[in-house]
Amino acid sequence: MSASTTVQPLEAEYLAGLVDEAVPGSVVRWEDLTLWLEPSRVADAAHFLRNSPNLDFQFLNAISAVDYIDHIEVVYHLTSFTHRHTAVIKTKLFGREQLSLPSVYNIWRGADFQEREVWDLMGVRFEGHPNLKRIMLWEGFEGHPLRKDYL
Amino acid sequence: MTQDSPLAGGPLPSRTWAVDQEEGQRVQHLKDTSLEPLAEPLIEVPDDLKGNLVVTSVDALVNWSRKSALWPVTFGLACCAFEMIATAMGRFDIARFGMEAFRASPRQADLMIVAGTVTWKMSPAIQRIYEQMADPKWVIAMGVCATSGGPYYGSYSVVPGVDHIVPVDVYVPGCPPRPDALLYGIMELHEKIKKYRNVGASAGRPLSGASPVPNPDEAAA
Repeated sequence: MSASTTVQPLEAEYLAGLVDEAVPGSVVRWEDLTLWLEPSRVADAAHFLRNSPNLDFQFLNAISAVDYIDHIEVVYHLTSFTHRHTAVIKTKLFGREQLSLPSVYNIWRGADFQEREVWDLMGVRFEGHPNLKRIMLWEGFEGHPLRKDYL
Repeated sequence: MTQDSPLAGGPLPSRTWAVDQEEGQRVQHLKDTSLEPLAEPLIEVPDDLKGNLVVTSVDALVNWSRKSALWPVTFGLACCAFEMIATAMGRFDIARFGMEAFRASPRQADLMIVAGTVTWKMSPAIQRIYEQMADPKWVIAMGVCATSGGPYYGSYSVVPGVDHIVPVDVYVPGCPPRPDALLYGIMELHEKIKKYRNVGASAGRPLSGASPVPNPDEAAA
């Protein structure tokens, strides 16, 4: 455990080695502080990140999604209070229709509303979420308004 | 009037003096004949109550009472709510208008200050709160969002003006309006309330000159 009082971001190269060893085939690539994962392996890798003693990411800061036209990127920001380090995990979903990711609801309960928000506004389904319905907009709203092609 | 004018033969022409005298006589005659003593009061006031009675109209009394203690319902939707809160605190002090009691229940309130952005998802709740308020009731649209949608006009989720949802009496522009502006809006609402007619066939409607307030129950029927 670091004696530093500040929170340090983990190098993605170091993180990639650990994750790839624990969940083979999950790492796509890494760059500086960002680690890209295979969409289908996100939940497995998240389980490892949450429970590995020397990573111990108890806290999911945020799930967000970015529309890059040809793909939508979902971003997970993680923090460990015990080790005082952070990580940024991303995953790319290609296409516009039927996008889906495994839910991390069972790993971080804070993912509940955030996954619902990403589904509501960006149209990414989270398989395994117990209550995946719209959260900001009303039932019956057509489309996902934060997508670039909404208007 | 009978004695000669000190100005006779002076710089004024004598014909002007005659006209002035004639006019003066008319004025004096009007004054002498028009000032009649006030009639005896129709109601006999006992001696011990004299000096303790004020006679006014029902409208003036009821409207004054209503405007002097408007109770707003606690209803903050966005950043405008903070200006509304500031208006209620000591520096601007909405208590001067008898409004310090922000009610948590719409059934105890007669003024809804829609303070902030109204989304379509929120609008059924606004409508319900408005319908739960007892008549007579008034609505102030605070800020450009509640007035017209403001910066979110044309958005997929924002109502372009709360007047699509409930009838609005006073619009207060600003983003957000300062407490001064909200207080001015409240004072304008006071002026509006003072013009209501409360008795007779046209009870419940403002006097002519003020814009009519649509009754949502009649509109729905």
